Amino acid sequence: MSSANTSAAGQGLANRFNLQQYVVYLGFLAIFLFFAVVLRDSGFLTVRNLSNIVLQTAPATIMAIGLVFVMSAGEIDLSIGSTVAVAALAAAVTLGQYGLIAGVLTGLGAGLLVGLLNGALVAYVKLPSFLVTLATLGLFAGVSRSMTDLRSIPVTDSVFTGFFGSGAFLGIPSLIWWTAIAVAIGHIIYRETRFGAHVLATGDNARAASVSGISVPRIRLAVMAISGCLAGLAGLLYAGRLQAAKYTLGETDLMTVIAAVIVGGTLLNGGRGSIIGALVGSLMMGMLNNGLILMGLSVSDQMIVRGLIILAAVAVSLREKSR
Amino acid sequence: MIPSEANAPVLKLQDIHKTFSGITAIENFSLEVYPGEIVALVGDNGAGKSTLIKIISGVYSPTSGTISIEGETVTMSNATMARSHGIEVVYQDLALADQQSVYMNMFLGREPVNGFGLLDRRRMIAETESLVKELDVRIPSAHATIRDLSGGQRQGVAIARATHWASKLILLDEPTAALGVAETAKVEEIVLSLKRRNIGVLIISHSLDQVFRLSDRICVLRRGKQIGVRETAKTDKNEIIAMITGLQPV
Repeated sequence: MSSANTSAAGQGLANRFNLQQYVVYLGFLAIFLFFAVVLRDSGFLTVRNLSNIVLQTAPATIMAIGLVFVMSAGEIDLSIGSTVAVAALAAAVTLGQYGLIAGVLTGLGAGLLVGLLNGALVAYVKLPSFLVTLATLGLFAGVSRSMTDLRSIPVTDSVFTGFFGSGAFLGIPSLIWWTAIAVAIGHIIYRETRFGAHVLATGDNARAASVSGISVPRIRLAVMAISGCLAGLAGLLYAGRLQAAKYTLGETDLMTVIAAVIVGGTLLNGGRGSIIGALVGSLMMGMLNNGLILMGLSVSDQMIVRGLIILAAVAVSLREKSR
Repeated sequence: MIPSEANAPVLKLQDIHKTFSGITAIENFSLEVYPGEIVALVGDNGAGKSTLIKIISGVYSPTSGTISIEGETVTMSNATMARSHGIEVVYQDLALADQQSVYMNMFLGREPVNGFGLLDRRRMIAETESLVKELDVRIPSAHATIRDLSGGQRQGVAIARATHWASKLILLDEPTAALGVAETAKVEEIVLSLKRRNIGVLIISHSLDQVFRLSDRICVLRRGKQIGVRETAKTDKNEIIAMITGLQPV
């Protein structure tokens, strides 16, 4: 504990802190610059295209916020991939029959119920969240298919589609509002409340959290419920933007969302994470999708390139953190 | 510090008995710890020290016998209740959240909030800094992440946390088992400084040298039975070893 030791520890801390924090921003910038140069004649840099990227990533960003809480608590939620469709379909069906409020509440409620089911199995039956949510991912993929016999349900309520999809308020599209509000509230809860601190402590060292008087099962239940509820909200946003609900909604989002969260600086094993990082990670994934399409890659090539880039990004951010 | 009759013991265990499905782990254990006193609990592996610590920290309830804190009989069914009685435990594994800052660990589970329900970081940092300074725990800053600290620094943080919250008693479970010589000396200094705060300290240690350096009294446990309590100044290692092993000194 000499002074030399102390300053060395301080130094190491500073180094790691910087790298870890900036990986996602550097990656974002690198991909942005790459596309800006390569696609300079293909309209990548137009305001329209860039705002499209933000609009398209809104549901994934919302899901990513929930996943930051889940992963920070040391759990995982794979079921979000099918919760989105269940919530969207439940909302669309109820909306048509019982009106706007009922539709919205049913959509969010469906997501919340899936989350509570996952959470109860994880927190109180003490099953690993990976297995629980892998099972419920499949289970609710089946439920969403059987709900309407694979049919797509149109959403015609213009208030709903305006509020959750194509509308705008003060000249800013509603999807951007949803993203901004969810990120802001999520960030404050995550960083500035006792609940957020308890989520991090639970993921970091569940025993320490428990002997410190934190109810670890309640935290686990809560993060799964939050994730389910936000997946439900993502379902509403999809239904609003596409003016229809279908069992395929959200199907391909799972990998994107997990990658966004990890690239954004959230540890897979819990104890550390960032909502803002997840937002930037999500935008980065959206930009990647958009750029690869503009580059004219075939769908299969897009999937391959995207997979490789996600692999590289995840590897870099995990290397930075595992020191 | 010699226990005086004027002071009520912070902790009094009377005829504590604990059986696990018929098997006796602790029998007829009685002990008093006075404010400002350091009592060492020694005994071989399996003598029942951990069971006793768990009883005092509220994890187990005794099968029979009473626990009193400052003369008041208490029943505790979990660690939270023990904490609300002013008892803090420094666990062998320290129970620190490694990825979090020192100040968040200091307030783990008991974070203060401001009028808006948001974490009062300024207060946590200020209180951490003053306590760390007072106890002379040498850490880079209250913002440092636990896993960047050395073993001695971590132990210092765990003890500082217990000190911050304990109003009556601190239980230390093998506080220096994983530490080097210099770090052990530093931690012992911190433990000795706790006497000034007028709280009781019950320490478990395998190092008799350490027990003789720190404690005012030594309580020996063998196979769940209390063999005896000695004033440290009036005994020697041979007697304690004989009591621990049950063999006569040569």
